Amino acid sequence: MDFNRELKKPSFRKIDDYIWEIGTDYKQGMLVPARMFASEGLLNQMDNTVFDQITNVATLPGIVKYAYCMPDGHSGYGFPIGGVAAMDINDNGVISPGGIGFDINCGMRLIRTDLTIKDVSPHLKELVDKLFGKVPAGVGSKGFVKLDAGTFRKVIEDGAPWCVENGYGWKDDLDATELGGRDDGADEKTVSDKAVERGKGQIGTLGSGNHYLEIQHVREENIFDKALAKKWGLFPDQIVIMFHCGSRGFGHQVATDYLNQFLSIMESKYKIKILDRELACAPFNSPEGQAYFKAMKCAMNMSFANRQTIVHRVREVFSEVFKTDAEKLGMRQVYDVSHNRASVEKHNVDGTMKELVVHRKGATAAYGPGREELSPRFRDDGQPVIIGGSMETGSYLLSGVSTGASTWFTTAHGSGRTMSRTRAKQLFRGDQLQKDMESRGIYVKTTSYAGLAEEAGAAYKNIDDVIEATHQAGISNKVAKLVPIGNVKG
Amino acid sequence: MPYRFLEGLTMADIAFEATGATLEEMFISAADAVTNTQCEDLKGINAKVRKEFTLKAGDAERLLHDFLQELIFLKDAELLLFREYDLKISKAGEGLVLVAGVKGDYINQKTHHLLVDVKAVSWHKFKVEKTADGWKAVVIIDV
Repeated sequence: MDFNRELKKPSFRKIDDYIWEIGTDYKQGMLVPARMFASEGLLNQMDNTVFDQITNVATLPGIVKYAYCMPDGHSGYGFPIGGVAAMDINDNGVISPGGIGFDINCGMRLIRTDLTIKDVSPHLKELVDKLFGKVPAGVGSKGFVKLDAGTFRKVIEDGAPWCVENGYGWKDDLDATELGGRDDGADEKTVSDKAVERGKGQIGTLGSGNHYLEIQHVREENIFDKALAKKWGLFPDQIVIMFHCGSRGFGHQVATDYLNQFLSIMESKYKIKILDRELACAPFNSPEGQAYFKAMKCAMNMSFANRQTIVHRVREVFSEVFKTDAEKLGMRQVYDVSHNRASVEKHNVDGTMKELVVHRKGATAAYGPGREELSPRFRDDGQPVIIGGSMETGSYLLSGVSTGASTWFTTAHGSGRTMSRTRAKQLFRGDQLQKDMESRGIYVKTTSYAGLAEEAGAAYKNIDDVIEATHQAGISNKVAKLVPIGNVKG
Repeated sequence: MPYRFLEGLTMADIAFEATGATLEEMFISAADAVTNTQCEDLKGINAKVRKEFTLKAGDAERLLHDFLQELIFLKDAELLLFREYDLKISKAGEGLVLVAGVKGDYINQKTHHLLVDVKAVSWHKFKVEKTADGWKAVVIIDV
């Protein structure tokens, strides 16, 4: 079997070197064309399932302008990973859990320090070992924040501010988090007991798969926008900390609950027909659509709380190793972004301002200067955008730009896989990979060698190509590349 | 119980085919595949904690989906992985009912050879079908 079976490759209309359009004649039912944002090389690396899935998205009721796919696009379920779609909420637009993903508010957080590579190198193994111990990862990990169901239900309405009020983080962290770390309008009553039971022990855990925590090095030659890098607290030879995780079992259960509910009522109650069960949806302005949106916000908040408590642990570790307060080490948060979410936003659609529910699945908001979504601190320069690469190659800090309006202010979220997990495990051995990486100056601790093999850098697209495509397509601006020296792998 | 992991159905996640002479046997094969995605050595899981639950669904597809989801729920909520299954599926009106007794052990990160966490059972390409030899399912799980 292969991904491309029975799927025809579309004929693309070249809009420019980084935008490729699939017309509505590709598939019956497409309401709008699909647009791929990619270099020709990246486009050629995408499997035909990506094109099938993004054109399925183009059939969803209420979709506006185009179904977009980012340069790191790869096949997923329902939406491709890297899929973006905006539905007009005042014109029968739908909301689809498949346009957000099971791991609601899976995202990235970046912490700066005043430390340099010279300061950290002698302590690298101690830092990674301690982080591995303090930030639980892998199958069956338990968080250090012990909550009963009632308190957990409060956390999912309050998000990261609850953590700060309870001593897990600094007030300034909230200003450097999307939505201030709290997605307003979350309603715990829309969330099942099952979801709460799954999630209440998991705050402060990394998860597994492609989730990780890294110590990274800011090399001078990798700073591309010197002014913005400086303004956001980055400098040559600096050490920063980045991690990737989401809403854990809680978000997965919320997605599952509503996907199943939508499958039951979508056709019988709302007469909506879809091409893939993972595109199950309901009108945004329906009781079911609204309930899911409020439950999704609960998962957004759980994830913000999860990353907030992890930051607290990271600061504890650095403070212990360097025998200095985290404040004195300058461990301020640069930013926190989600790459699996839906939000209601105002956008200019052919000269008219419209309220759209923007779905971003494996895609990151990159609001340009002046956008109301940004806190005053970032409004002049655009949003900081954190893109995680593979554990071997590096990650990026970008900024949102005005021309990003062409994708509802959205950019990529990572490298994008080009090799399945099964194949990666056949080709690479985790223990050997760990040794190879150490010889190249990257010290890795993992809960699973097989899991490590699945995340080998060769299983992913070249992150530099993906970022260059977002830069050249005018959907985000390169600020800096950050290369790993230490990695805790979930 | 027979299951095999499939190459080519998913880029970022895990796909498998599960078979069995009866619907119950196929369910057990699928459960083992989900557990084997998370734990390398199924034999290393002791059958010492028993859980019981009953599920109702309109058809075999939905019932299998709900069953696997229940195991994933118990993995997160009670930190349990399962090894032995006592399943009974029968008709109930228009649909099916599953009475399950499952035995397993609390996850131990030191002694169990753990792999990758399973987040959910996807509906993407999800299929249950009757074959000449019994039952077959194709499942993609989100990891």
